[in-house]
Amino acid sequence: MALDLDWAPAWRIAAAVKSGETSALAAVEASLVRIEKLNTKVNAFTAVVADRARKKAKAIDTNDANRAAPLAGVSFAVKNLFDVKGLATVAGSKINRDNAPAAKDSLLIERLEAAGAILVGALNMGEYAYDFTGENVHDGAAHNPHNLTRMTGGSSSGSAAAVAGGLVPLSLGSDTNGSIRVPASHCGIFGLKPTYGRLTRARSFPFVTSLDHLGPFARSVRDLALSYDAMQGRDMEDPVCAQRDAEPVTSLVERGAAGLRIAIAGGYFQKGAFPEAKEALARVAKALNVKREIEIPQAERARAAAYIITTTEGAALHLERLRTRARDFDPAVRDRLIAGAMVPASLVVKAQKFRRWYREQVLKLFDGVDAILAPACPCTAPKIGQITVVIDGVEMPIRPNLGLYTQPISFIGLPVAAVPVPLAPLPIGVQIIAAPWREDVALRIAHTLETMGVASAPRPAL
Amino acid sequence: MAKPDETLDQFIEAAARMLSLPIEAKWKATIRANLEMTLKHAALVDEFPLPDEAEPAPVFKA
Repeated sequence: MALDLDWAPAWRIAAAVKSGETSALAAVEASLVRIEKLNTKVNAFTAVVADRARKKAKAIDTNDANRAAPLAGVSFAVKNLFDVKGLATVAGSKINRDNAPAAKDSLLIERLEAAGAILVGALNMGEYAYDFTGENVHDGAAHNPHNLTRMTGGSSSGSAAAVAGGLVPLSLGSDTNGSIRVPASHCGIFGLKPTYGRLTRARSFPFVTSLDHLGPFARSVRDLALSYDAMQGRDMEDPVCAQRDAEPVTSLVERGAAGLRIAIAGGYFQKGAFPEAKEALARVAKALNVKREIEIPQAERARAAAYIITTTEGAALHLERLRTRARDFDPAVRDRLIAGAMVPASLVVKAQKFRRWYREQVLKLFDGVDAILAPACPCTAPKIGQITVVIDGVEMPIRPNLGLYTQPISFIGLPVAAVPVPLAPLPIGVQIIAAPWREDVALRIAHTLETMGVASAPRPAL
Repeated sequence: MAKPDETLDQFIEAAARMLSLPIEAKWKATIRANLEMTLKHAALVDEFPLPDEAEPAPVFKA
């Protein structure tokens, strides 16, 4: 098959660089051209590091060992809360633009580059990651490549738009309550939120340390696995990072889903879902021949507890900035954080106590199942600027509610692969949820669905 | 005694002073709406019975 550098998956580019079919420099130049041509439409990139990328590409092309690296010549970009040497880590804000440029890259960038990938830039995001829409008052909204009038979802808005639009084959984002899974759903691409503590968060700007995860976006499951494997490993710099050795999954994803016990999340996870979310879930369940439904206990309360921990830890992080720079925040973020600062501490401790109880209940479910299917989002991408959404007959603000189905899962750090179901006119995602440390299970199921053609990243007509 | 709707406004005023948070008048309605929503979520957690011995999720290790 001829190599199409504008849409090829990362693994195909790396294979082409290794065989000499193309060069790392040609792959990076193709990405830089796409960014130049399309970023005015999708507003995914806030910074492009072209010189650095070309230098790195040349270093790969002139060394046989480098050309054989698993991600050789693969362009990638990162949500702008990752430290990139020489750039201020803005985290979607105006305030952080005053910070000194980062002295070093984030550790995950270092690990991807050690595997041959090439950083080409930093990506738009919702301010300080407190967002599900992809709108940003300072940098402008990221635009959904499948319909430029629609939201990308957030807060990893640029990360999803850049991959879905073919600007890069791979990106990194963060997910505190759904910020990888919601934009992956809206933009029709694959996303992986690993187990809490699996990937180091060293040298990234935090939001809610109790809940923050980092992870990749891609247009194929194999690319998720390759990048995830390159990023795994211990790290003392992030105290949350688990003291576990890397458990590579790339060689496992093609094993298929046979023998895996899979169930559909009922109750809370179907209440309020739009017909398209139900249709996507039904297609995935049918393909996997899954009929069993299980109830994740107290999911609504889990979501409520995640909401409380998020708003209060977020407020604590930004308290001094709220005192001194309140007018420089995105108003939609500021007013949520100020409210968060006022929540009595006793209620926060109760939320943390509930979190342990809920974890124990949900882990018991995994005695009987290996994976659980749930919608990633109640609806396809809303229009940019839309303020409210009607869910289950109740009109609610959009910003906090697109993560209804993702929050109860990340709340206890379960690994999730978000897979895109290419419905028309807009794609929508399904979560494949596994037990802690079993990313391999979620990715095996995702790969099975991809092989069957049930899950795929549709190519937009940009 | 203040009416319930006034109580939350007074709480916001007092908390803002205690925390030295400068709140502009035009922000108040949204802050209040956000706090009301969070307290509604908190009530859902608060009403759920847990034993006195329940440990919070984060565990400090010396």
